[in-house]
Parts: sequence; structure tokens; C-alpha cells
Amino acid sequence: MRFITEFRSSKLAAGLLSQIRLRSRIPARLMEFCGGHTVAIFKHGIRQMLPSTLEMVSGPGCPVCVTANADIDRAIALSQVPGVIITTFGDMLKIPGSRSSLQESKAGGADVRMVYSTMDAVKIASENTDKSIVFLGIGFETTAPTVAASVIQAKERGIDNYYILSLNKLCPPVIRAILDSGEVRLNGLVCPGHVSAIIGSYPWEVIAREYRIPCVISGFEPVDILQCVSMLVDQIEQGEAKVEIAYRRGVRPEGNPEAIRLMEKVFEPAPARWRGMGELPASGLKLRKEYRQFDAELAFAIATEPAQEPVGCICGEILRGTKVPRDCPLFAGICTPEHPVGPCMVSSEGSCSAYYLYGGDLAG
Amino acid sequence: MPDRILLTHGSGGSLARELVEKSFLKVLNNPLLARLDDSAVFDFSGTLAFTTDSHVVSPIFFPGGDIGRLAVCGTVNDLAMSGARPLYLSLALIIEEGLAMSDLDRVVASIQRAAEEAEVKIITGDTKVVSRGSADGLFINTAGIGVVPEGVNISGSNAKSGDKVILSGNIGDHSIAVLSKREGLSFATTLESDCAPLGSLVAEMIAVSSSIRCLRDPTRGGLAATLNEIAGQSAVGIRIEEEKIPVREEVLGACEMLGLDPLYLANEGKLVAVVPERDAEVVLKAMRANCYGKEAAIVGEVLSENPGRVVMKTGLGTSRIIDMLVGDPLPRIC
Repeated sequence: MRFITEFRSSKLAAGLLSQIRLRSRIPARLMEFCGGHTVAIFKHGIRQMLPSTLEMVSGPGCPVCVTANADIDRAIALSQVPGVIITTFGDMLKIPGSRSSLQESKAGGADVRMVYSTMDAVKIASENTDKSIVFLGIGFETTAPTVAASVIQAKERGIDNYYILSLNKLCPPVIRAILDSGEVRLNGLVCPGHVSAIIGSYPWEVIAREYRIPCVISGFEPVDILQCVSMLVDQIEQGEAKVEIAYRRGVRPEGNPEAIRLMEKVFEPAPARWRGMGELPASGLKLRKEYRQFDAELAFAIATEPAQEPVGCICGEILRGTKVPRDCPLFAGICTPEHPVGPCMVSSEGSCSAYYLYGGDLAG
Repeated sequence: MPDRILLTHGSGGSLARELVEKSFLKVLNNPLLARLDDSAVFDFSGTLAFTTDSHVVSPIFFPGGDIGRLAVCGTVNDLAMSGARPLYLSLALIIEEGLAMSDLDRVVASIQRAAEEAEVKIITGDTKVVSRGSADGLFINTAGIGVVPEGVNISGSNAKSGDKVILSGNIGDHSIAVLSKREGLSFATTLESDCAPLGSLVAEMIAVSSSIRCLRDPTRGGLAATLNEIAGQSAVGIRIEEEKIPVREEVLGACEMLGLDPLYLANEGKLVAVVPERDAEVVLKAMRANCYGKEAAIVGEVLSENPGRVVMKTGLGTSRIIDMLVGDPLPRIC
């Protein structure tokens, strides 16, 4: 088992496709929540292969994209506090806030460092005791346990110059918000693979039941995604609405109990601001009382000007699935990966970037 | 000699002289360099190819190579991609104060080994030492000259509809090998950089076909950038097939983990050749007979449609556009 080539097998894919084509009769719109899925779907040309009965729309599952401008502004403001070192995952550097980006702040002299692991941020803290190290907690349930683990480690080691700006977000609440708004009629959900590896399939059960919508958890290779679509089509045709896992090698129904325990030990649900969707209750994570000393919000007085949205940018609507990148007047003209206006063009998992890089029209 | 490089090593005084003699001349010894005049002077006839390349790789030692081998191969390969037989290199080092003398010796020894393998000589050089923090250990620039055989006309603007695209081997090994050792990102892998001089490979290709149209080494920006450059310069379309592109399973795995695409990863010992269809098989056979072309494969063809565009037929049979690399590829977070 080599885990990649098998899941890109054209033979398996062809078999799944013919099943999908054979069975899909009822017109259906499926949303892939996760940015990783959006990229994989474009990269392998999966939309081109599906029958005309099926439409795929992208959801708000790019963690960098859903970060509100006001929060990016706060991260930039923090980077300018003397003695602060900002540590963050790479994509955040380039995201434009209201007036600048962390990358520009860095070029202007701020100490902003890209890390690949939260533990590297703790290491930087332990090596720079005269500085304050702030880690930007971006991401969904996939990254939150690693942030929690870094906080626990800092506490155990008595590191008192390490802070978290918690912008972490939770997936199920935002999917609920999209389904509640009724802006987009959806007939099936391609549920996120990595997130579900942590939270398991149970949180989706409630959604499938309450909203009568088929939910299938998918991996990220083309065969995984086609398998997921095939299972969704079967449910739709049979009028079912249940949760299934098309990514058994990565996801167990109970998820990863240790990761959940860590996350719940350090964080509690809190309201969070989402780009394009405003503030959603219990959709973010804040540090519990026992870990308040690590909370950057409490440690630093962060003052920012009111946030501004870039004129003409429709990232918010794209994240809600009500519009596609081609509907945006800025797409591929004013807004490109080299000169991005909105976050969906910056992040490698953003819809606009996926459309731009992989979705170009072929004349021949 | 001190066991670290000091600012005085770059001062032009006796310590500088000692460095030149013990660390460079002794290892890189050849009559042209040994004269120690301000410039190397030699006879030359024929069509000249001339190129330069700077190397700032971090870390300076990585599995399968180091900055020294890279500096020789980079310039040798740029010459070879014009069809030239590489002859002479210059070597300029910018050293950060404090570099361990043993590291410098290791790099210079590696330069000599690579030069021997590539059959080139280092005939002139320069050393500067900058204060701590002004460089990252060691930067190297090499420039090189070579002679282009008569009748050879290789350029990125020569591709024609119907030509075949040949890749000399697995892509992505160098990038992943270097990334695996980068601070903060270390992961265990047995992968080694493919860093290698390609002069002999090119010479053997030219020996069997006088009509090779384009040669390029897919370094920064990877195979995707190289093919886009050729498509743009020649105003042709290029169609490649995903299933024919050789990529190691370890590279695919690391790419999945880090959110990277092998098509955009740098290589340091690979080339892309565009060859008329009638010569494709004989060139492929010659490539496979060379130690640096064993995995060579025909990966695509040149078309008249979609000039300037590179399109890939995916493993699933769909098509997607392969664009130039935009920005830096960054590991994903979700």
C-alpha cells in the first residue's frame, strides 16, 4: 500500500465515474466545505467529469480566508508592539488586512516569523526570554489541538513569554450557519477529511439529521472524492440523509479522542468573526480561565482602526457559496495571486486561487 | 590557521593569502589558477557560451550535496543547456564571519570533486568576508564558459509543433531533500538531492541527434516554469501527461504532507529536451545509457494549439492548465 498512487488510479476513477453517471438522476448541488477539497477537485479536473445533474460549490473551508479583516488588523497591530515576535503559519503572511499585511509589516522592521509547528513557536519563546512571542492561532479543529499542546507545554515548562492570539474556528457551526441562511440550496455535503480525523463523524450526525442532508467525509485524492460523490449520489437518489465515511484510512467515527481532550482542556467555544458571515456564536475557540496568562488579547492592549473591506471584493459571498470567483469584477484582472485583493486569492486553499491556477479555459 | 573564518581573512593581508593557498589553491590546483594573476589568460577558438549563477541555499549541506557541488553543477548545466561543452569556471565566495574552517574545506573539496566529474577547471576566483549577520554562512557565485559545437543551435525558441518533450528523470528530489533539513521543518527521508553536472549527458544526446531544439534544466519554478518558458518563447502549446512524469513515491508523499506540487519543485540534475519526433527514440535511448538519464521518459508533445500554454492530461483523463509558479510555494496549514 503506497497511499497515493492507488488513490489516483484512473481505472478506479473511471469505475466510480460510470457508477455516478449511471445513478445520478435528481439534479443536486454538493458543497465541498474544505479548501483542500476545492484545490484537489480543480487540480484533477473532477468538475469536468461529473454529469450535468451534479453541481459542486465551494464552501468556507479555507482557514486563512475566513479570518476577518479586523482580526488580521489586530495581528498586524500586535506585530508593531515593541518586543513582540509574531509567529505564524506561512499563508497568513500575505493576507491583506484593511491597510497592510504582515508581510509588509515584516519588511518595515517587525519581527514576524513563519513556523511549521506550534512547538517551534514555544522554542522561539524559550530562546528569547526578553521578548514576547505571539502565535497566531489560525485554522480549524485540525490545528487547534496543536495550539493547545503548545500552551500546555509552555505552562509545564514555566515559559511565561508565550501568547496565543486565538483566531481558531470550528467547522460544524459555520456549516449550520450556511444551511440556516438558506442562501444556497444544498443537497449534499462533502465533509472535511482532516477536520473529521480529529472530531470524528458524530458532529456531522446532528447536521445530517436536523437538516435532512446527506453528509460524506472525504479524503483528498481524486478516488476519495469520487467515492464520496458516488456515496452522496446514492443517498440523494434513495432519499436518505446520513453520515458516511469515504476516508476510512484517515477518519474513525470517534475521531482522535486525545486531540479532542487537549483542545477541550485548553479552549472553550466562543463567538468568532467570520469573513462574509459576521459573528457566529460558539464558532471559535478562546483560552479557558486556567490558561488566561497565555491570551494575547488580555496581555496586550491592541488598538486598531475600524476594519475596511476592499472595494469590489466578493470574497465573503464566495465563502458562503452564493457566488463563484468568476462573478467577481476583480477576478484575474485587478486581483491575481501576484497582486491579491482578497484572501481567497492569497491562500493556496482559497477558491479564487484554485480557479485562477487550475480553472483556466482551454481553447482547444 | 584559526578554526573559524575571521574578518581578517578577507583583508588582503597574510591571513588572506594563507587562506587562498591552503584552502583553495591546494585543492583546486591547476596551472591557470596557480598563476594567481588578476585574471586567467588562455587561448580560445570557436563559439563561446558564457553564463553566471549565484547560490544561497540554506542549509549549505544537504542530503546528496552541498552549496559547492550546487555552484559547480548550476553553472555547468546552464552551459550544457546551450549545447556547449563546459570548460572553465570562476568561483567567488562571500563568507559570513565565523564560518567553521572545516565547513569551508568540506565545500571546497566538494567543488573540486564536482569540477572533476564535470571536466571543468576553476581558473579564477575571489573571496570576501562579511561581518556576522550580513550573510547566511556562505554564498557562492560561479561564472562559466564553454564551447558550442559547430552546427548546434539550441534555444528555448526553437520548439515546433509535433516535437516530443523528454524529461531526464524523477522530479522534485532536490527540493524535498533540502526542505527535509531546513530548520523547523526537519522530517526523516532517505531522499537525496539530484544535484549533478549534465555536460556528458548533453554531449551524448548531441552525438546522436544534431537537431535537438531546446534544452532546459528545470531548477527554480520546476518543470512547470521550464515548460511555460519554452511554450512562451517558441509560441507553441505543450501538452504533457501526468502519468508519464517520473516522480518518486517519497516525493509525492512529502508533497502531500506539505501541500506542494512536484511540478513546481526545483531540480538540480535534470533536463527537459524538446526533440523532433523522428529523433525522439534515439535521443531517449542515448539518455537512458547515461548515469544521469536512466529514468528518462517522453512526457509530452508540442502542439500548434494554445500557443504559450502548457496543458496536462491528468491521471483521470481530464485536462488542466499548468501555469507558472506564483509566489513561493508554502506548506499548508489545514
